[in-house]
Amino acid sequence: MDKNISSKQVLNDMISRHYKEALEAKKSGELVAWATSIVPQELLETMDIKVVYPENHAAVLGARKDAPAFLQNAENNGYSNDLCSYARVNIGYANLKESAAGNIPMPDFIFCCNNICNTVIKWYENLAREMRIPMILIDTPFNHTFDVPEHSVKYIREQFHHAIGQLEQITGKKFDHDRFQEVMNISTQTARWWKKATALAAAQPSPFNGFDLFNYMAVIVCMRGKQEGLDLFKLWAEELQGKIDRGEGPWKDQPEKYRVMWDGIACWPHLADTSKILRKNGINLITSTYPDSWTIVYDSDDLDAMARAYSSNYANRNLAYGAGNIVQIVKDFSLDGIIYHSNRSCKLMDFRQYEVQRQVQEQTGVASVIFDGDQTDPRAFSLAQYETRIQALMEMMEQRKNERPGGQ
Amino acid sequence: MFLGIDIGSSSSKAVIINAQLEILGKAVFNTGAGTQGPEKAVGAALREAGISGDEIKFSVVTGYGRMTYDKADKQITEITCHARGAAHMIPSARTVIDIGGQDAKVIRLDKDGKVENFVMNEKCAAGTGRFLEVMARILDCSIGNLSSLSENASEEIIISNTCTVFAESEVISQLSSGAKRENVAQGAHKSVAKRVAGLGSRIGLAPDVVMTGGVALNKGVVAALEKEIGQKITVVENPQIIGAIGAALYALETASKLS
Repeated sequence: MDKNISSKQVLNDMISRHYKEALEAKKSGELVAWATSIVPQELLETMDIKVVYPENHAAVLGARKDAPAFLQNAENNGYSNDLCSYARVNIGYANLKESAAGNIPMPDFIFCCNNICNTVIKWYENLAREMRIPMILIDTPFNHTFDVPEHSVKYIREQFHHAIGQLEQITGKKFDHDRFQEVMNISTQTARWWKKATALAAAQPSPFNGFDLFNYMAVIVCMRGKQEGLDLFKLWAEELQGKIDRGEGPWKDQPEKYRVMWDGIACWPHLADTSKILRKNGINLITSTYPDSWTIVYDSDDLDAMARAYSSNYANRNLAYGAGNIVQIVKDFSLDGIIYHSNRSCKLMDFRQYEVQRQVQEQTGVASVIFDGDQTDPRAFSLAQYETRIQALMEMMEQRKNERPGGQ
Repeated sequence: MFLGIDIGSSSSKAVIINAQLEILGKAVFNTGAGTQGPEKAVGAALREAGISGDEIKFSVVTGYGRMTYDKADKQITEITCHARGAAHMIPSARTVIDIGGQDAKVIRLDKDGKVENFVMNEKCAAGTGRFLEVMARILDCSIGNLSSLSENASEEIIISNTCTVFAESEVISQLSSGAKRENVAQGAHKSVAKRVAGLGSRIGLAPDVVMTGGVALNKGVVAALEKEIGQKITVVENPQIIGAIGAALYALETASKLS
């Protein structure tokens, strides 16, 4: 990797190459899979299958303001506007197949893991059924216990074996277990460096620049099993460490006044507006629950550990974990506040949000605010309401700072 | 002298105080952001105080229209200003319920009267003054008379739609099936009360519960809300100007910090 190129440039290049290569592969007759964002991609990478991630693609279309046509198409075809907007964008895209904001190839099969939510099961089933293509499902039952129970680990591990059989059948190729070990190894290392880089945001001032996290996330979603993904996070960590050593904060023209985390998915169609309003109030968004979501780490010869890791995503874990995780983040990152995105699309995240907020506030006393929005549907967001809530959060944080000895 | 201006979606309020925290001038105009309302309110408050604009040392603007009003020295959100104003008027206040033209909020205060947490209505008019305006229009009565109309209710009517537009057609259909206007008026109050009580339950309604904002003038809503939350509600004197009082108090505080 050329050391004169910034990680941001590498990131942008990697993402456009990711989509370009997938389109080319499809043209030359290679198999393409559509997969959910935290799937055991190791299985696909081992088989050298091109994978695209509809959630990431929907986010891209959302951020480039091209989601409405696809949302409308899905709604015209009978999908309720109460459904997840990633699902609606993707279902609309599967039908229209063309976006000025960027295209993905149509899949030859579907690879779905419900560790992020259960909507994906029906969404992907519908895709598979309409396109008459196979679907592989890794079912990770919700963990009502704090840790992943052993019966779930066994159930998930057996599904890995079953999925390998399905992949061999779809590709007509034998699964290479040595290559699998290599991919598992790279994937774990990439996840470790992702965690390491995102943990550097804890420095004061934070070297993170607002919404960096949401940008770099594309690579941990799409390229976790690849050497270039690993290299990118190493480079990013190096750059961040450099900024920390030089005492550089997020912005050149103003200091970091308040440090917050963002709970939930970004409002992609309003990314610039939501970011600008934070910056205007001196608020730096330095973390979220995402760093831990993709910290999928396990020993490469241990399928049970891999099963446990995939089932451990915070969205698949109980309330005690959900609240405790945020309490720990507040401490580790010395946060002044939390912004909870009450996301119309994501019933799973909204379901326990008020209770998580209550528990976190009780345990940390940190200021917080909930605002209404949506990950990709621009209609479900009011900028004036967002701004009032963020400014009120800033005023609460300011008050608390002033009350502390020395006003820090 | 210190000026607080509260520009809401349907009304503009201005308050002038002196360094001894006495209110010298106050005004309310029933037109809000994007109108001449803010200018008129400030002009009327200055006249009542008997001073000229030059004598204002510092001014703070709050409310929905705060971003577009460029004549104030500082802008602060209505959440912080209502909390400050309510705590100033009633120091024992721990919960402030403010129902304005297009939003409803419940603010929890700590023992020093500072904002501890708050919750606002989702992006819809349910549980707000606008909902009551729509209901008043269908019932062919002024917003000010909605409360007295509801006093003569004889039967409970439930308005089940939270969407203001759907509630409008629901009420029209009830009226056409012979429902009494008085009962519908009471049903409208109850609908707002349920919605706001729901917001309040999320963050806990610690006593004393104080109500501010224009809708606090509607006794029917206050009574319905007291019933819903099972607690007494103290309505502040001149509830409409509490946000502006809070803004004026911040103007005074900011000016003394600067000097």
